[in-house]
Parts: sequence; C-alpha cells; structure tokens
Amino acid sequence: MADAHSGRGARAARPLSPHLQIYTMTVSMASSIIHRITGAALYFGSALLAWWLISAAISPAYFDYVASWFQTWPGKFVMLGYTWALLHHMMGGLRHFTWDLGYGYELATIDKLCWASAAISLTATALVWYYVATNYGSV
Amino acid sequence: MNMRTPLKTARNLGSAKEGADHFWKQRVTGVANVALGLFLVWLIASLVGADYATVKAKLANPVIALALLALVVSGTLHMRLGMQTIIEDYVHGEAAKIVCVMLNTFFATAVALACTFAVLKISFGA
Repeated sequence: MADAHSGRGARAARPLSPHLQIYTMTVSMASSIIHRITGAALYFGSALLAWWLISAAISPAYFDYVASWFQTWPGKFVMLGYTWALLHHMMGGLRHFTWDLGYGYELATIDKLCWASAAISLTATALVWYYVATNYGSV
Repeated sequence: MNMRTPLKTARNLGSAKEGADHFWKQRVTGVANVALGLFLVWLIASLVGADYATVKAKLANPVIALALLALVVSGTLHMRLGMQTIIEDYVHGEAAKIVCVMLNTFFATAVALACTFAVLKISFGA
C-alpha cells in the first residue's frame, strides 16, 4: 500500500543492465547454455528410460510396441540426441569438477576445456553409434 | 502507527539452514553419474535391436540390476536438483515457483519409482 505513494510504481526509463543479445557469444558462454539445455533434455528424456523399463516389465507385446517406436527415424534421432546430450553433459560436468577443485581458470584454459568437452562428446557419440551400427547391422 | 522493529519482519526469513546441501548433493550425484551414465550408454548400446527375452535376461542380471538402480537413484536426485535450479532462475512468481518446484519433485519421484519398480519386477522374475 505504502508503495502506491512512494513513486516506486512508476519506474523512470533508466538504462537496463545488458541482456543476452548485447554480449559477444564466447565458447564458455555457449558451453554454459548448452550444459543447461542438455541437462533439461536428459531430465525429460529420463521418462523414455522409465517407459522402456516399464514396457519390459509389462509384457512381450508391449515391449515390442515400445521398441518399435525407438526403431522409427524420429525414435533413432531422439536416441542419437540422448546419447550426445548425456555425453556432453557428462563432459561439462567433468569441466565443472575441474573448476570446483580450483583448476583451469586461465582464460585460454577455459576456452580449451570448453572446446575439448564439445569435441570429446561428439567423437564419443560417433564412436558409440559406429559401434552399434557395425555390431548390430541396423541402427 | 507501526511500533514493530524491522527485525520482526526479517526474522525467520533468512537462511534455510541448508548451507551447501544442494550444491554438494549435486556434485556427489554428478560424480556417481559419470560412471553410471557410461554404464547406461553401454547397456543400451548392447541391447539395440535385442528381442524381449534377451533384454529381460540382461536386466535381470543382479549386477546390471544393481547398477541400474544406482543410476535411477543418483540420476533422479541429480536431475531434480538441476531442474530446481533452472526453475528458480527463470520462474519469478512465488506461487508459480512453488508449483513448478513441487511438480519437479513429483516428476523426478515418478521416474524413480517407475524405473525401480520395473527393474525389481524384472529381477524377481514376476
């Protein structure tokens, strides 16, 4: 109530602190954003793991039905994305552990760690899917 | 006229007495998830295209079932803490924030219970 008379309600048009689009995108900034996005993706993707496990606990018919979804192209795309999200979030986590322990704060090192986590996660994802494709014929 | 000191309204609104609890649990589960996440990638990769009997037999293996249960516990704790941070960063309305944080707990718990129930049911051969 007191605020109604204090002048706080009507804000003067003062300059705002810079928003996202003002900053130049750096690799550490991109890594931070991607770490959060992959984390959120893994969060919702966990329901797929639950769905798959539950299907195996219900019946062969329902398991085959769920498995058939993962065999579709959208299903495969989600699995590929999940593999990468998991590995990328994992590499991001290892990067954060490094920082938590007090290492790797030189600017050049920060950039290297970020590029390395991206490179490792992409390579590892490719390796996993290459392994699956070569050992099981169809992905 | 308000005779109360400002301390009256500030009392009990300070620290939640949780300290670094959230931070530390996020780290502990994160460390565990490095190994358990690699295990999950291996498990799924080894079961691509496998039939029902093969999948069920593999999931019923005690070592694999235990690792899966560990992943489910550590993973759902980790994702609940992580999503709570995201919610607290972006949802500013007090009521909406409380609802979102609560739904977050429900979702993480539902995933944890579903996975745990499935693994146990498969393991005990029902």
